[in-house]
Amino acid sequence: MAGLAAKFGSGAMTNSVAEISDNKALLVIGSNTTENHPIIGLRMKEAVRNGAQLIVADPRRIPLVKFATLWLRHMPGTDSVLLNALMHVIIREGWEDRTFIEKRTEGFDAFAEGLKQFTPEFAENITGVPADDIVSAARIYATAENAGIYYAMGITQHSFGTNNVHAVGNLAMVTGNLGKHGAGVNPLRGQNNVQGCCDVGCLPTDLPGYQKVADAKVREKFGKAWGRTLSSEPGLTASEMTEKMLAGTLKGLYIFGENPALSDPNMNHSIKAFENLDLLVVQDIFLTETAELADVVLPSASFAEKEGTFTNSERRVQRVRIALDPPGQAQSDLAIIKQVYRRIDPEGVSENATAESVFNELTALWPAMAGMSYERLETEGLQWPCPTDDHPGTPYLHRESFAREGGKALFTVVPHVLSKELPDEQYPFVLTTGRQLFHYHTGTMTRRSTGLDKISPAPYIELNPEDAASLGIEDTGLLTVTSRRGSIRLKARVSGIVPPRVVFIPFHYKEAAANRLTIDAMDPISKIMEAKVCAVRLEK
Amino acid sequence: MISLTIDNQPVEVEAGATVLEAARKLRIDIPTLCHDSRLKPHGACRLCIVEIAGMPKPVTSCTTPATEKMVVTTQSAHLNRLRKTTVELLLSDHPNDCMICIGSGDCKLQELAYRFNLRGSRFRGKMRAHDRIDENPFVQRDQNKCVLCGLCVRVCEEIQGVGAIGYANRGFESKITPPFEKELSCEFCGQCIAVCPTGALSGKLWVGYPRQQGLEKTETTCSYCGCGCNLTLHTYGKSIAKVTSRQDNHNRGWLCVKGRFGYEFVTSNERLTTPLIRRQKGGSLEPASWEEALDLVASRLLDIKSKHGPDAVGGLASARCTNEEGYLFQKMFRAGIGTNNVDHCARY
Ligand code: SF4
Ligand code: SF4
Repeated sequence: MAGLAAKFGSGAMTNSVAEISDNKALLVIGSNTTENHPIIGLRMKEAVRNGAQLIVADPRRIPLVKFATLWLRHMPGTDSVLLNALMHVIIREGWEDRTFIEKRTEGFDAFAEGLKQFTPEFAENITGVPADDIVSAARIYATAENAGIYYAMGITQHSFGTNNVHAVGNLAMVTGNLGKHGAGVNPLRGQNNVQGCCDVGCLPTDLPGYQKVADAKVREKFGKAWGRTLSSEPGLTASEMTEKMLAGTLKGLYIFGENPALSDPNMNHSIKAFENLDLLVVQDIFLTETAELADVVLPSASFAEKEGTFTNSERRVQRVRIALDPPGQAQSDLAIIKQVYRRIDPEGVSENATAESVFNELTALWPAMAGMSYERLETEGLQWPCPTDDHPGTPYLHRESFAREGGKALFTVVPHVLSKELPDEQYPFVLTTGRQLFHYHTGTMTRRSTGLDKISPAPYIELNPEDAASLGIEDTGLLTVTSRRGSIRLKARVSGIVPPRVVFIPFHYKEAAANRLTIDAMDPISKIMEAKVCAVRLEK
Repeated sequence: MISLTIDNQPVEVEAGATVLEAARKLRIDIPTLCHDSRLKPHGACRLCIVEIAGMPKPVTSCTTPATEKMVVTTQSAHLNRLRKTTVELLLSDHPNDCMICIGSGDCKLQELAYRFNLRGSRFRGKMRAHDRIDENPFVQRDQNKCVLCGLCVRVCEEIQGVGAIGYANRGFESKITPPFEKELSCEFCGQCIAVCPTGALSGKLWVGYPRQQGLEKTETTCSYCGCGCNLTLHTYGKSIAKVTSRQDNHNRGWLCVKGRFGYEFVTSNERLTTPLIRRQKGGSLEPASWEEALDLVASRLLDIKSKHGPDAVGGLASARCTNEEGYLFQKMFRAGIGTNNVDHCARY
């Protein structure tokens, strides 16, 4: 997010899902799309049927590999080296888009200079991808008429995730794959409303619509609209909050609709932090692991029991409607927040506020959504920017200029950095974590589905047959996995999906929570944790 | 553009369009069973036959490209008779138990029988008797009701890219089944159920609910991933009877297993139904009234603020909840309490 916004002025998916079918080439990196974004995955398969060339870059043999023209199996944590090598080749071969670079970007020379060391041979050494494949991938991507890049947590969840995102953005810029149909840089959002949550200002540095807290004019605008003077003190990110809780300076925390006690990397650490609070309020539909630690638990409504809007990965704002009554005394999150807010400041929100009136308050404060109303969203969603009542919404961004000062996209030099924790003698395996198709996040919802739990009832660790043989472990045998932070025991799934020396654990299962093992090294800019790579040891 | 005439009406279509598409543009009703505009034309059911001037025999309109100056007739006594016979043949090998069939009311075969006024069939003969294959946790297969339209096989192959099911056996005994009748590669997306024109494929979770009567439909958005698929929730009283998706939306009616079948959590009896308060540190969570819980939350937050300043409190919003909730939440922290300590957990 932070990375893309710095380059393009917006961190959202630049293009639309429907355009994927028209891609001539696709690069999918750090996204197990068919399992985590299944319907976007369908579009990718359609593009391949339409003749597109698909490059998949992933350490694991993910299902999409079956459809790929080329599979780059790089070692976890070496994404930016791989990407830099692609760009090295593109410039060496003269496949770059000179016109686009000259007219629409800045910072090219320093960036190109920074690519010098990333020869395919250098990259082969680090990533494990044959130099020839790197050259082929560069050719496919750069010479296609229009090519799209798709990535997810596999790119961002590293201590240098922002670097990775910069590298992805650079690649699209070098080849002019921006501001046109069927191309772009497309971060796929993990949860249903990550996009909306950021859009509406649930970010410590941003008020609604990415208007910066640091900007005095912005504070004045919102201060006036809300009738209060706003603090200029920058807020804490989620992971910084954990630190301050441990330090004892953050004393009260209000969480709604999330289960960080299970989803946080290095969860032992987070649990300690929660226990250190004077007040922990958790608002959720289940008594989650986090709610169990709370001082006050507020029962809320599920998506089927409330009204409002979600914004999907492609910036499409869509209605959510009431189909059922919430159980017992549970209430919608909006109703609960409203009542707490009114107790804190009765002038902050009217007693009669509805989802629609709150939506209208929001759209009045952010020009990109100013043209939206519940009425317009009645039958179909709208993609922002949608500035006026008759604006049809925007399928792809940056058509004429970028939303940065000066209107140009910024090249960034991406240095060669390594994961915080690399395998060594004591912890010889690289652990990566992720989701699988049949469960969602911490499993609070999916594990309550009888069918889903039947298909995928228990935690497991994937390991390569080679490693299984040398450890003397058989499929479904039990293994203890230990990192510097903790240890869990679970069943082995012996499979060629992972390469030798790399193991994978899905993080949905609380009985063997992968996040007891992962590291909380943080990206200095995006403050995203390094959930994707850490070193572990395996024992029978 | 190509101009042609259908039932004496002129129409223009893009090059490559089929006669069926041209007729649908004129809103002319041609019956089909094996057709789905999202899939490649198949021409198996032969219900969409039309007469084309200059051609000796009727042709299937779904597979025939429209050509310049073509003259098409879609309705005639002859065509009608042929179509009726086709339906009759299908019914000859169909259990005909609409009364107790899960597909009733949402079945193309039933509609066709109604349209052609067919109760039974002149051709009653040997019926196929397939065993129910019952290993799939989500997809219910009732092979006796299969009309071999191939839609499920095609959707699984063409759209889902899985190829979990195929034709087995030939001729009369032919049936649709996963390879070796085991669920090897099925992803449980339910695309096959969505396209099945009869009650042959249905959802296991649908069983026990009414088929049509008493169901209410609500259009909404999936709450799992960032694809944001459109869902139609079919509710019955306090429960969700089934989930479908409309074809005319951005996800084109396709869903994944989570969106289509992962809804039981909504009515789980583990849902929280009352506020809970831990009245003393180390104690357990006890039920409380809303008044008590809300007063406590607000007063303790204000208390911390007055003792340690606004930045001693923080809020973590949800990437799962609505825009409106997120907006009001951050406003409460910023304008109400006076801190920018508000973030969401999706960074993790
Ligand atoms: S549920 Fe999906 S994957 Fe399984 S058979 Fe049906 S279409 Fe194929
Ligand atoms: S149905 Fe599946 S792909 Fe669609 S939004 Fe829901 S979880 Fe995502």
